[in-house]
Amino acid sequence: MEDNLKRLSRFRRHRAVAPVLLVLALLSIGTTFSVAGAATSGPITAAERSALIEEGKQIFLKGCSSCHGLNAEGAAIAPSLIGVGAASVDFQVATGRMPMADMSQQAMRKAPLYNEREVEALAAYVASLAPGPEIPGEELLNYERDGSVAEGGELFRTNCAMCHNYAGQGGALTRGKYAPTVMGVTPRHIYEAMITGPQSMPVFSDKTITPEEKLSIIKWIKAAEAEPQLGGAALGRVGPVTEGLLAWTLGLGLLVGVAVWLAMKAR
Amino acid sequence: MTARERIAGSVANYVDERTGAAKWMKKNLTKVFPDHWSFLLGEIVLYSFIILLLSGTYLTFWFDPSQREVIYDGSYEPLQGIEMSAAYASTLDISFEVRGGLLMRQIHHWSALIFVAGMVVHLMRVYFTGAFRKPREFNWIIGVGLLTLGIVEGFLGYSLPDDLLSGTGIRIAEAIIQALPVVGSYLAFFAFGGAFPGEAFIPRIYTVHVLLLPGAFLALITVHLMLVWYQKHTQYPGPGRTEKNVVGYPLLPVYMAKAGGFFFIVFGVTAFLGAVASINPVWLFGPYTPAQVTAGSQPDWYMGWLDGLVRMAPPLESYIFGYTISWNILIPALIVPGILFTGLALYPFIESWITGDKREHHLLDRPRNAPNRTALGVMSITFMLVALINGGNDIIATTFDLTINQIMWFSRIGIFVLPPLAFVITKRLCLSLQRADRELVLHGRETGRLVMMPHGEFVEVHEPISPEKAWLLTQHEQVPPLALEEHDASGVRRPKALTNKLRARMSRAHAVAIPKATAEDLKQIENH
Amino acid sequence: MSNEIEPLKDPGLPAHTPRRADIDPLAAKKAERQVAILFLLSAAGTILLIASYLFIPQDVFIFFPVLGSTNAHQLFLGLGLAASLFFIGMGAIHWAKTLMPDEEVVIQRHEFRSPDEDRAEFVKSAKEGAAAAGLGRRSLIKRTLGLSLGLVGLSPLILLGDLGPLPDEKQKMTSWKKGTRLVTDPGDRPIRPEDLEVGAVAQTLPAVAPGTHRKLSDIAKDAVLLIRLRPEEFNLDAERLSWTHEGIIAFSKICSHMGCAVALYEQQTKHLLCPCHQSTFDVTRAAKVIFGPAARPLPQLAITVDSEGYLVAQNPFNEPVGPSFWGRSA
Repeated sequence: MEDNLKRLSRFRRHRAVAPVLLVLALLSIGTTFSVAGAATSGPITAAERSALIEEGKQIFLKGCSSCHGLNAEGAAIAPSLIGVGAASVDFQVATGRMPMADMSQQAMRKAPLYNEREVEALAAYVASLAPGPEIPGEELLNYERDGSVAEGGELFRTNCAMCHNYAGQGGALTRGKYAPTVMGVTPRHIYEAMITGPQSMPVFSDKTITPEEKLSIIKWIKAAEAEPQLGGAALGRVGPVTEGLLAWTLGLGLLVGVAVWLAMKAR
Repeated sequence: MTARERIAGSVANYVDERTGAAKWMKKNLTKVFPDHWSFLLGEIVLYSFIILLLSGTYLTFWFDPSQREVIYDGSYEPLQGIEMSAAYASTLDISFEVRGGLLMRQIHHWSALIFVAGMVVHLMRVYFTGAFRKPREFNWIIGVGLLTLGIVEGFLGYSLPDDLLSGTGIRIAEAIIQALPVVGSYLAFFAFGGAFPGEAFIPRIYTVHVLLLPGAFLALITVHLMLVWYQKHTQYPGPGRTEKNVVGYPLLPVYMAKAGGFFFIVFGVTAFLGAVASINPVWLFGPYTPAQVTAGSQPDWYMGWLDGLVRMAPPLESYIFGYTISWNILIPALIVPGILFTGLALYPFIESWITGDKREHHLLDRPRNAPNRTALGVMSITFMLVALINGGNDIIATTFDLTINQIMWFSRIGIFVLPPLAFVITKRLCLSLQRADRELVLHGRETGRLVMMPHGEFVEVHEPISPEKAWLLTQHEQVPPLALEEHDASGVRRPKALTNKLRARMSRAHAVAIPKATAEDLKQIENH
Repeated sequence: MSNEIEPLKDPGLPAHTPRRADIDPLAAKKAERQVAILFLLSAAGTILLIASYLFIPQDVFIFFPVLGSTNAHQLFLGLGLAASLFFIGMGAIHWAKTLMPDEEVVIQRHEFRSPDEDRAEFVKSAKEGAAAAGLGRRSLIKRTLGLSLGLVGLSPLILLGDLGPLPDEKQKMTSWKKGTRLVTDPGDRPIRPEDLEVGAVAQTLPAVAPGTHRKLSDIAKDAVLLIRLRPEEFNLDAERLSWTHEGIIAFSKICSHMGCAVALYEQQTKHLLCPCHQSTFDVTRAAKVIFGPAARPLPQLAITVDSEGYLVAQNPFNEPVGPSFWGRSA
């Protein structure tokens, strides 16, 4: 029994788990890249910084100002960006939400329009307008070291599951808005979402959910993402709706199929 | 005589000398069962029940029905160190520490879904073919009772693991109990042993789930089957099949092999589902605490329609003399389901009152030949479907890019508009099918072959249908509506005039039919 | 009863057509082999089951399309069981269909109604029995028996009395008192107004003495959601406005409809949505219901700060939280 427990608890490290390892590896590569990307904004000179800001301003004027105003002061269709901080820009632009494809209820995650350098410049520009939440650095985002997965689950269920569903698959909000899935989101962007409260999402301040707790949440999300199917096809991890559908279609379908064959006269 | 025959003979002799079983067995081993796939729907239910008993017993060996708080130290890492009830922790242990435990949990849950789904389709078969008519009204009522108990039993089972999803379900159940006028709070406090959630509820519903209700099921199912046995099965109409006979296969060996084999099929299919598809992954839900909730909080499908009704209810509450009546809960969760299930249980009596038909029926109706009944059935199904759709409105909204508000309004309007619409459409459909039957008997089957007449006109060749088919299409009775006079011979209004008027009207609606083809019609056509 | 003029004639049960296996010994042999193969498949299934139980560790995962990376132990155990059962069934049915007699048999039904003389006799003996008991004549016995049977029915109800306590005023009260601090859930940290940015939410519970264990039945009434808006966004009367603090407003998280945790806060629209039945509450108007089945706003908790600058309750809730019940006055 004891042995069993040990084996189970390390299931993600087992040799036979090649596909899972692959996913994990890809994830960690992605994480490293994004963290590395953010890290470049660290020790730079003042001159480099103002050049970056200037570059960001140019991108802003071209790509963002038509909605957010020439000085990011906001307009009828888009909010002011003064004081939203670099983290907000990084989240919105690097996940492809901004610029918006159309004026729908909600900006969707899609392939980003700007490359990392451009996002960094935009973030620097918006951050230069007024202080706001900063992009979390690599050192801060070491969730594997600083987070606790069980505590993260508890926090997730109290603070996140009501919108994003128990397994982070997302869920419906009012009038066509929705909470997106948190699967496949980089730790940096999850963190930024929590501190900036993008779109419908509220802000989770560092005093009510500490940075370590945020890392725990990220760790739990990553564990949920990597969790293989313990009981077979996951059916979308959305609860009893898909289960009922499968029972009626596949379950009853198979049984009725056999019943029809049973009652058919043999030739 | 072979050795085997000798042994069998002496065993039979031993048993018969002590019970007189031979006489009974002689009669019953030759019992005949008509063969039709739709007659196996009830068997699906019976076999799922047996699977539920077996897999459920397995689960009880490890399940700890207690709300005592424990700290989880099992092998599922994301929950290690979390406070939870012993019920939830032992469910995790069954899933992760007991080899085959998760499989059994999944088999138990899948067969529960199929159990109730099977009951619903079986009920539809019985309803649409008129199998509930005299002498089978009792069995119909037992069936409706079983369905009701099945829903309750399923809900209790879903609640036992005490996870976040099922705890939310219990929370809602408590709100429903609490909403009952006058006695609500008392009942809720009695059920929960105090304020919600307390520590008494899971152990209590466990006893009900594994002892009381399965016992009731066993008793009711036994009576249900004994009645089927004693009254002999109904059969579909066809050549050589009458109200007075049963055409089918003898119990031994054909039916025994088929029915026995089908048990293994049902078990095999649920085991297959349990192997390949995850159901109720409680470890992902987390333990229940009242301050947490998950998006997409749904009950299992058989409660989904109820949840859908509750969701679409208008925000109505009355405050009278300092007391509160929650119409927004009472109407969708108690009054409407109460009316639906009472109506369902009483339907055989209602129909026989309308038609005035008090005779025995053993030949089934083809649904088209009872347009009113069929339309009413489709109307009820439509009602349930609209409610069920609304019960999953959040999942539907995110899957199909709709808004929950749209689906809610669709349901709020649809629940009133769509069922009557379904009634009208179905009734017309039945009548056109009757018309098509009549055409088929009188003019034969269209062959698609065109033939040029001598004068140049093209006509399609019709091929007469077989006498067997013609019989099938015309064997049904077409009963005229009840003639209920509003006034008696001397012109005085009868005491029950209003009831009679209503009854006559319903009877007329029930008797609407396209006159079926008769031998006379055929002769006339031949003479042309 | 029926108005039939002249129905078509019942051609009678169609003649039995023999199956291939009935006339062709080769076909019969083939069917026999098929049945045997099905039974063998079942046996193979059981072997797979045993092998999986014994030899596949519980931590091996294999990737399958559709299923994803799935637990091999659970999957093969289940597939083995499924095959072992399913193919027994298939074999038995195939056997019955192809090799057992398939000639349909006709038996006759009998009317259920008993013959008149039996019925008359039954009525007679029932009446005689009743008369022998003399219940009709001895009305004193009849009445007292009725009374005692009626009363005996009460005893189970009486005996169930200890299922739970009677609801009392506590049902209407929560743990919130004047000056109770709001602490984070989980974490139990007190909160200062400046800890919350505009647009922030916090899940809170009333502070308890360190080391005290919260009961779920307390959490079920005490859970509170804190939301910070810009003060000018409120659309409240003076009293309710005074229950807020610097744009921070507190609501019971327990839905006024059926008690689910309402915490889906949409920061832009300032709406709170209950995931169970989609009741939607407008935070700026003291959680007024703007959609869905809930009939009452969420109860608002009056908050302020204490001497150390932490958020506390100004007063207990002024109404019972959670779903409605009979004794809840409006």
